[in-house]
Amino acid sequence: MASGLDALLLARIQFAANISFHILFPTITIALGWLLLFFKLRFNATGDSKWMDAYGFWVKVFALSFALGVVSGITMSFQFGTNWPGFMNTVGNIAGPLLAYEVLTAFFLEATFLGIMLFGYRRVSDGIHTLATVLVAVGTTLSAFWILALNSWMHTPAGFELRDGVAHATDWWAVVFNPSFPYRFAHMMLASFLTVAFLVAGVSAWRWRRGDRAPAVLATLRTGVALGATLVPVQILVGDLHGLNALEHQPAKVAAIEAIWETERGAALTLFGFPDEQARTTHAAVKIPKLASLILTHDWNGELRGLNEFVDEHPPVAPVFWAFRLMVGLGVLMLLVGVWGAVRLWRHPEPSPALARVLVGMSFSGWVAVLAGWYVTEIGRQPWLVQGVLSAAEAASAVPAPTIGVSLALYLLLYAVLTTAYVRVVFYLAAQARHAAPFGSRGRAEGPPVMPYVQPKA
Amino acid sequence: MPELTSPEGWLPLAFLLVMGLAMLAYVVLDGFDLGVGLLFPGADDAEKDRMIASIGPFWDTNETWLVLGVGVLLVAFPAAHGVILGALYLPVALMLAGLILRGVAFDFRVKARAVHKSHWNRAFFLGSLLAALAQGYMLGLLVMGFDTSMGAHLFALLIAACLVAGYALLGATWLIIKTDGALQRRAVRWAQGALWWTALGIVAISVATPLLSERIFAKWFNLPYLVLLAPIPLSTALLFFIVARSLRRLPVRLAEGNEYGAWVPFAGTVGIFLLAFYGLAYSLFPYLVIDRLTIWEAAAAPESLLIIFVGAVVVLPMIIGYTVFAYRVFRGKAADLRYD
Repeated sequence: MASGLDALLLARIQFAANISFHILFPTITIALGWLLLFFKLRFNATGDSKWMDAYGFWVKVFALSFALGVVSGITMSFQFGTNWPGFMNTVGNIAGPLLAYEVLTAFFLEATFLGIMLFGYRRVSDGIHTLATVLVAVGTTLSAFWILALNSWMHTPAGFELRDGVAHATDWWAVVFNPSFPYRFAHMMLASFLTVAFLVAGVSAWRWRRGDRAPAVLATLRTGVALGATLVPVQILVGDLHGLNALEHQPAKVAAIEAIWETERGAALTLFGFPDEQARTTHAAVKIPKLASLILTHDWNGELRGLNEFVDEHPPVAPVFWAFRLMVGLGVLMLLVGVWGAVRLWRHPEPSPALARVLVGMSFSGWVAVLAGWYVTEIGRQPWLVQGVLSAAEAASAVPAPTIGVSLALYLLLYAVLTTAYVRVVFYLAAQARHAAPFGSRGRAEGPPVMPYVQPKA
Repeated sequence: MPELTSPEGWLPLAFLLVMGLAMLAYVVLDGFDLGVGLLFPGADDAEKDRMIASIGPFWDTNETWLVLGVGVLLVAFPAAHGVILGALYLPVALMLAGLILRGVAFDFRVKARAVHKSHWNRAFFLGSLLAALAQGYMLGLLVMGFDTSMGAHLFALLIAACLVAGYALLGATWLIIKTDGALQRRAVRWAQGALWWTALGIVAISVATPLLSERIFAKWFNLPYLVLLAPIPLSTALLFFIVARSLRRLPVRLAEGNEYGAWVPFAGTVGIFLLAFYGLAYSLFPYLVIDRLTIWEAAAAPESLLIIFVGAVVVLPMIIGYTVFAYRVFRGKAADLRYD
């Protein structure tokens, strides 16, 4: 049925577009919330106003990212029903409570205390303002917790039974803490912190290059580089553990990532090449003997199952293969830049012109790596929507193709405009920052009297 | 209707209540901030900034009630979620585009280059308009039981126009409380203009709904219900009268700097929305789709509902608590929106 297929394809593209656009902003707010708390606590501890200036600038970026995350997230909550009714019909008893708990425990918390965090500085005590910052950070993290619990469950479903084709939870603990959840949650949290580390370092380096020598610029630049240099190695370790977990539960995905066609022991690692699903081979492959087995099984002669064992049940090979290489490549780049930056800033308080230029170039590297990583994991689950339980085709709605086409065009246009506007406004804010008055320096607006800020130590 | 003592019986009812309250909270709370967006073109630049400041700390939480309302529909009544959102696919997409546009315009307008500010102002208005129109249109189609006839669509368009007026009324009466001076007096005039369109919308729905469904007709026009329900339309009419009178008297008082009764139009309008919502809920109950799908037919498995219910009972009072706290923090006239 050609028209049905078209509608399915369009629905998938639309969902992919929506979720790709959405993920950009939580990726920033999850870690940036904690970084803002760090700035605030540094100020409280040292009394050095540069930390409050850092807070004042980055809270604006936070607000902007949060607004985009909220509005694109509302779209997501509708998409489940409009485009994938089969999803809720089959696994709604599992997905429902997880989504509901996200709204109840995270959404309201973030949204309400964000108002106080952004605009309440002069209306509440400093303690309450810090508490609001804590609660917003906790809220974004809780939100990630519930969403990743659901997403991980879709990859490694556990704690349920099927009755008449409908999933019913039998053990909620097993549902939430399903086999891949700890790895996925840690991997995503670290990805968020790395994205923010390079964004903060990059935008600060951009200000530095434009001659902005405000103390906050150097402080945030150093914070970003330190964070990146510390966390990239941790992320590589967690990524490795995540890979072992995927090999155990989703061998077809791992075979596609590595483009391993035949089951073999001591499999070579393909660095580059062009996977060809028709010919079931990889053209122009550059291989390192035995390395895939070593990395994936931690054994030179470990056995890896090939794609030919999963014919018609494995994901499209080329996109997964390439997205994975993009993600890992960026990770390696982040490692090199992080180490270089850390060594330079260890020896010398200021960045070299070359380092500053490279950091600017890396500003949004986290976004690309995160998107590539999500493509690996989500395309890698195909043809399943819920591994072994529900295929994507079964879950699609009967909405006709032209209707989906219209809404898709609408969303794509909107997303293109908004992503461009976002990036431009972040740099515009950075350019304006040097003219901004120090945080809390102007006269008090109307409102109840509040506790003064901690006096700077002499 | 199943036994109400069994979980299969009372849980769907409890979730209908939660969903109803979330939707009501959404309509009233996001209603006033959407309304402020609808009134944007009538204000000058400085006034626009103050209008934004009056809703700045709140709009985010307000919109979250929609996520909760739709979330409950999705998780508690999955069967209805598919039917309703499938039938409303395009208006939903338009509403979302509107909400996206206004949500980001809100933030971009103060952060972007000055030359772009007027574009974002326009986007804020258009987004608010699109969202309000789409919601009114969806309400019209819901009342029509998702009938696809020409008449049903025309009716839905009328309701869309009236809901825009209703939100503008909420927005204008909110501004009367939160602003002062020329903007405050202008808000009174905006409210007067929106009042009659709002009334028309309520009358249209009240007349159309019983005519469309014999069952609903029987629920209203049957003794003793006719007498028992009479307070709903009568109180609504009384509230309209009170709001209209207050709007007539306020300009003189406000010009003298006397704020007495400045909250009456907003409170009265919220009352009108509550009554209209109650009337609609009474008409529809126990159906989620008129005469087609009841809450019990559409409900999810009881054990899943129970898990959410426990969470909702614990968390919702906390949410209401800190929401009230946030509104108290930002009480009084709208000040400049400043991060520091």
